[in-house]
Amino acid sequence: MQKFSIWSLLRNSMSYHEGWQKQWRSPEPQREYDVVVIGAGGHGLATAYYLAKEHGVRNIAVVEKGYLGGGNTARNTTIVRSNYLWDESTALYEKAMKLWEGLSQDINYNVMFSQRGVMNLGHSLQDMRDIERRVTANRLNGVDGEVVSPAQIKEMIPFINLNTRYPVLGASLQRRGGVARHDAVAWGFARAADAHGVDIIQQCEVTGIRRDGGAVVGVETAKGFIKAKKVAIVAAGHSSVVADMAGIRLPIECRPLQALVSEPLKPIFPNVVMSNAIHAYISQSDKGDLVIGAGVDQYAGYGQRGSYHTIEHTLQAIVEMFPLFSRVRMNRQWGGIVDISPDACPIIGLTPVKGLYINCGWGTGGFKATPGSGWVMAHTVAQDRPHALNEALCLDRFYSGHLIDEHGAAGVAH
Amino acid sequence: MLQITCPWCGTRAETEFTCGGEGGIVRPTATETMTDAQWGDYVFMRKNPKGVHHEQWRHSSGCGRWFNALRDTVSYRFEAVWKIGEVPPAAAAGHVRSGGAA
Repeated sequence: MQKFSIWSLLRNSMSYHEGWQKQWRSPEPQREYDVVVIGAGGHGLATAYYLAKEHGVRNIAVVEKGYLGGGNTARNTTIVRSNYLWDESTALYEKAMKLWEGLSQDINYNVMFSQRGVMNLGHSLQDMRDIERRVTANRLNGVDGEVVSPAQIKEMIPFINLNTRYPVLGASLQRRGGVARHDAVAWGFARAADAHGVDIIQQCEVTGIRRDGGAVVGVETAKGFIKAKKVAIVAAGHSSVVADMAGIRLPIECRPLQALVSEPLKPIFPNVVMSNAIHAYISQSDKGDLVIGAGVDQYAGYGQRGSYHTIEHTLQAIVEMFPLFSRVRMNRQWGGIVDISPDACPIIGLTPVKGLYINCGWGTGGFKATPGSGWVMAHTVAQDRPHALNEALCLDRFYSGHLIDEHGAAGVAH
Repeated sequence: MLQITCPWCGTRAETEFTCGGEGGIVRPTATETMTDAQWGDYVFMRKNPKGVHHEQWRHSSGCGRWFNALRDTVSYRFEAVWKIGEVPPAAAAGHVRSGGAA
């Protein structure tokens, strides 16, 4: 791997930047791998990277139906935070946060992680009680958090209208939260994994999971059968479809989740603002566009688009809170397929099929967990048992009843 | 926004409706003998198909009644709607749970 640094930048400027290598290879699949990861999104690539780096697994392939980072990794609103309510989820998201804090150095790729602070607004007394509770829980778990007053919010965002139909009574603020460049995360993990010898095979849809006597033996793909000792399903919106190939039922329902960006503006929005109650979240990218997220549509959908009234609802809330954005034009709008689990927590662990592992159910909030998700998934696959961080997040919790109810508590606009 | 046909009221805007998720799930009767696996399957596990899906919808801002729908989860097109208790249309064959009170 050609190392990126100020020196390599200078050196390459001498040759008109024509000497840069491709960042990853595009190999044809080998006949057999130790581990095949299904899905080259951020989570799948991170899984492959940490498998190679932390667990010394060689001979890994990541197979991808489309192109890498082309699904939900490219479709989210890039928010990173770890201020969840329950111990189990907080520990996992905080692990991810710690990895984010060193990620650009670790993978030698600028993921533009910007800890500009994430605010979750409260619009009612009950919201404020929940915020107090969540911030207290965060602090007990070693996660930074504070409750801020309307005056403090106004100081940070002078143009916010606090006296809206649903008045802003305060907010939780996680200063270590922020945003990262979503594409760079996929590309950075792809490049770092490739440098460890991981084969990233794009345009190679998995059509079947071959099993023998309750154990996985490989995957059928568009490029033929690939033998594998272990297979990891990291397929986000297509988790149910892929798991069904191995006869596994999941407690997942996929819904469209929409987002949109405006035309680029000069820097105006200082941090990330989310509102669970009125279904809106907003930040400004380094490119200058306002990045706005909506709530999920009410129906199951694989169409990567949603209904217009859902984004209209979100924009009403945005414009009411930030009236000066009322004349900003929106440039692009899109939808992703989010795999929602009944308790709004991910499912990471073993499956009833030996050698087959699954990582899904991230729903509306997977991007923020990308490095942590890959890290625990790599451990799970390499050791054939979950790490302490995802022990409580296995599929069997839906049979034992030990759900981790992050719905609402998570500050997510569902 | 989708245009949805309520079998009682006719075609209305999507905002009048509530999606109730997968249709035809019947509450088991022999609850005292069921295993955790069976309970988990009934309460949480879902088909979540990519393609034609049997769903239940409610015309919540209209007549307030539930009905069955056959909808494609990729195109979002409603293939068929029928009232609770009615015989599912031919298009629903293979998508409606057998033994379910469709």
